[in-house]
Amino acid sequence: MSTPNNLGGPPSNSGGYQLPRDHYLNSTYGIRSWLLTTDHKRIALLYLISVTFFFFIGGTFASLIRIHLLTPNGYLVTPETYNKLFTMHGVAMIFFFLIPSIPAVLGNFLIPLMIGAKDLAFPKINLLSWYIYLVGGCFVLYSFATGGLDTGWTFYTPLSSVYSNSAVTPAVLGIFINGFSSILTGLNFIVTIHTMRAPGMTWFRLPLFVWAHYATSVIFILGTPVIAITLLLAGLERMLHLGFFNPVLGGDPILFQHLFWFYSHPAVYIMILPAMGVISEIIPTFARKPIFGYSFIAGSSIAIAVIGFFVWAHHMFLTGESAYAALTFSFLSYLVAIPSAVKTFNWTSTLYKGSISWETPMLYGLGFIGLFLIGGLTGLFLACLGLDIHLHDTYFVIAHFHYIMVGGAVMGYVGGLHFWWPKITGRLYPEGLAKTAAVTLFIGFNLTFFPQFILGYLGMPRRYHSYPPEFQVFNVMSTAGASILALGYLLPMIYLTWSMRYGKIAGPNPWPATGLEWKTASPPLTENFDVTPEVNWEPYDFDNRHDLGLDVKGAPSLAPAHGDD
Amino acid sequence: MQSQLPLYPEQASNFAPSVDALMVYIIAICLFFAVAVTIAVVYFFFKYKRKSPGEIGIPIHGDMRLEVVWLVVPLLLALTMFAGGAVIYVDYRRPPLDTLDIYVIGKQWMWKLQQPTGLREINELHVPVGRNVKLILASEDVIHNFSVPDFRVKMDVVPGHYNTMWFRPTKPGRYHFFCSQYCGTNHALMGGWVTVMEPSDYETWLSGTSAADANPVVAGQKLFTEKACATCHLQDGSGRAPSLNGVYEAKVLLADGSTVTADDAYLRESILAPSAKIVAGYQPLMPPFQGQLTEEEILALTAYIKSLQSQPVPAKGAGVAPAGKK
Amino acid sequence: MHRTGELYGQFENLDQQRESASLGMWVFLVTEVLFFGGMFMTYTLNRSTYPEIFGEASRSINLTLGAINTVVLIGSSLTMAMSVWAAQVGKKQLVSIFLILTLVLGSVFLGIKGVEYHEKFVEHHVPGLNFNFEPGADAATNSHAQLFFSLYFAMTGLHALHMIIGAGLLIWLIRESFKGRFTPEYSTPVDLVGLYWHFVDIVWIFLFPLLYLIDRH
Repeated sequence: MSTPNNLGGPPSNSGGYQLPRDHYLNSTYGIRSWLLTTDHKRIALLYLISVTFFFFIGGTFASLIRIHLLTPNGYLVTPETYNKLFTMHGVAMIFFFLIPSIPAVLGNFLIPLMIGAKDLAFPKINLLSWYIYLVGGCFVLYSFATGGLDTGWTFYTPLSSVYSNSAVTPAVLGIFINGFSSILTGLNFIVTIHTMRAPGMTWFRLPLFVWAHYATSVIFILGTPVIAITLLLAGLERMLHLGFFNPVLGGDPILFQHLFWFYSHPAVYIMILPAMGVISEIIPTFARKPIFGYSFIAGSSIAIAVIGFFVWAHHMFLTGESAYAALTFSFLSYLVAIPSAVKTFNWTSTLYKGSISWETPMLYGLGFIGLFLIGGLTGLFLACLGLDIHLHDTYFVIAHFHYIMVGGAVMGYVGGLHFWWPKITGRLYPEGLAKTAAVTLFIGFNLTFFPQFILGYLGMPRRYHSYPPEFQVFNVMSTAGASILALGYLLPMIYLTWSMRYGKIAGPNPWPATGLEWKTASPPLTENFDVTPEVNWEPYDFDNRHDLGLDVKGAPSLAPAHGDD
Repeated sequence: MQSQLPLYPEQASNFAPSVDALMVYIIAICLFFAVAVTIAVVYFFFKYKRKSPGEIGIPIHGDMRLEVVWLVVPLLLALTMFAGGAVIYVDYRRPPLDTLDIYVIGKQWMWKLQQPTGLREINELHVPVGRNVKLILASEDVIHNFSVPDFRVKMDVVPGHYNTMWFRPTKPGRYHFFCSQYCGTNHALMGGWVTVMEPSDYETWLSGTSAADANPVVAGQKLFTEKACATCHLQDGSGRAPSLNGVYEAKVLLADGSTVTADDAYLRESILAPSAKIVAGYQPLMPPFQGQLTEEEILALTAYIKSLQSQPVPAKGAGVAPAGKK
Repeated sequence: MHRTGELYGQFENLDQQRESASLGMWVFLVTEVLFFGGMFMTYTLNRSTYPEIFGEASRSINLTLGAINTVVLIGSSLTMAMSVWAAQVGKKQLVSIFLILTLVLGSVFLGIKGVEYHEKFVEHHVPGLNFNFEPGADAATNSHAQLFFSLYFAMTGLHALHMIIGAGLLIWLIRESFKGRFTPEYSTPVDLVGLYWHFVDIVWIFLFPLLYLIDRH
């Protein structure tokens, strides 16, 4: 077995790797075998296509927004259209891209492999989740196409339930339906992780990616039903002129906000925890040493999920809620920041005395740390009651959440795609181009969103189709950055697709990495493992893994990590 | 260069310096950690770059002391940030007693502002420098938000109840205000200017403009008669409803034994949904006026009732709680 | 297509399969608690804001029918539990009988619910369909009463939907039980549907006093 060349260049193919003869992609052919599949790996790819589609839609809206904002009295679109653009950008990105992305693509593909199972606990429900997602997506697309949506993704009442003239009802219905996709995925993950771990795979031998998805799944099942019922009530209010949230009929618009944010705040942890899980896999792999503080990282994922349910009203400090409530929620919001800080220090410490290679997934990992750092730290400003009075509903908030959701979650997603691409497709992407794209993304992102912090402190409100001229300079900077950011996203879309046909054959474990998923062929068999594995090693234990072909002291290598071919 | 590319707005209110100072404090802490982590990451990235293909790192699984340190230290720092913000916020949510009260109504897509004398402005607010100013905010339709970046203040304007905010302008000038809660098509156009003037100029401005603008007290008195309030709320206390003399901001004894202060919110509720709080010794006879009065009419009635503050309170049939009752 | 009682491909053994099925149902029920919970919260908040009107509106719904329904539903939980027991002791005929009884009682519940809804429709107490709680009453009274009835229909409607789904599950179970599929070794579907049915019953046990028993003299 040839030793992979890991000095930063792509692993050579001189080992003569061939694709395995049988794997999950070629086991059956035809469109029916894909649309009726129950293989978690194929379902992951179905999701990959759908979330990419919605990412593209959301991204197009974002581009139009940034172009429109080049001038103070934007002439690109009318005010009505602008309001629809930012609303639909939010809805498409949050509900149909960010929330499903890592769990439904990477989580679905990897969790059974990582724990040594043949599939998830409920494969048919897994497929059903995807179809429910599609149905929800269709309703939302219908809303976009027939009049659009202009309420903001937050659907505050009574604007959304009484005053808006856009296609609110189908959109709300679509998001409601989509919620069940999340709930079923979360249910599937929780049961799978509890009951289907291979012998020897104890809780504390689980990869941190699995811990992250467990915590995420808890949020899925506890939070999503609440947004479902909230949107249902808002939709009924709109259709039947009821009065839950309409003050004219005795209702309370603030009740809507409480119900809405009770889910939507934990939702942001749904978006970031999986990405943190990805980073927790990438860093030990490319530093070739165990993660620093495994149990603290695992525990902090659970802590974030739990505390995250108790901070929702920090979105409502200025609604007239009681000062006591505000104080409580501000305090708890600071508490929820601490586990994330712990993780960041642990990732950084993992690099200490590592053997670090500069490959693309590691670049995404480090980019994540940098951008999540800024995003997370700026959350401290917003949790601060006195500052939030000034910063609420300004571009500061927009910059903060884009740093976390894009700089954090999307970097985690794209980095994860690169890291596991060889396992998913059996092929490598072009490393040089990939590095370029990663750097382009990082630079473009900062140029786009950092000026927005300043815009926010200067007072520019959110959701403005036109703005006072004194805000123009930073808006132009932001749009310029956005064009670079767009390039950073287009490049991977192109070369990853290209590599599926023309990329170098990867072999079972090109990096190499220590997870159980890397002990299968690339791509794996449909049933993942020929024989149920028995786990007797600790995670990221490079020092004791003699099967990876690395310079490990002790016994010579046992059978190298070939897959089942 | 400051005027060319400002990084922060003008400091034009009592809150601005403390908000900016807190901002600097938090930036300093965050910058410290951001720089420390970045330097560490970049340094390790270069220092520990892989030297040979099969090389692995030194396994270090963790260090409990370090974990405790970087859990406790950020927590303590976070608590200081919390405290700094809490102080400002509590001050902001408790307007002082001696305020110049301005009534603000937001509606799609304009602002109507009313000075105590009844003088009305649209999308403009004139205030004297150095006075505590309180804005009482009402919405006629959806949720809006009144925001003045140069003062570092804003507050949601929610239909169905009043919100209040206060500030003390510290520098004469013209300052932008914005609507800061998305409210529909022309949300971005729903703004205006706050003009802060020397007190004497403010007085001049206030009296100079046409006094023909209906004094709200007069308008309120007219409504009081037109809507037949006067039929039951006789001033001498002999009517079916309590006299309103002296009731504004006084304690009122309710039928269930509790007492409540008759502030603006209480008066508004008593007009719109009178059965919510019945005064002790009276029957729930008053019809609710929900849907029959505009916000401006409610404000006018409130102004009229306020004007009765100095009228003699009758011995029997008063809305005011008897002395000695707590 | 797997026949019930056999090992599904993704599982290692029957124990794991059973454990997964059971945990899956419990997790699902947790999501249902949160689902109904949002509406219970809304109801509670509105009730404390408008206690008199909610009391009046509550007195106008049919307590007798509601009480009968409560007894019927608790009875159906009993028959459901009996069918689970029968499966565990291997009395296959009893399994079918108790399942059928459960279905019958559930249908009675839904029928009575239908009668109640019809009553409300005739009295113009259905929001969105010529709602008029008290002819001649002012707008506020009507809107607040409409709030009560919106929540009444939303909550009982959602509950009824869950009952209908439960009825469908029971029909499936009855068919399978006729084929003799449920034995002491394998009664998972009966156990799980039992869990679901008990949950739907518990929701009703909260709904009934909250909706029907406010301020009854």
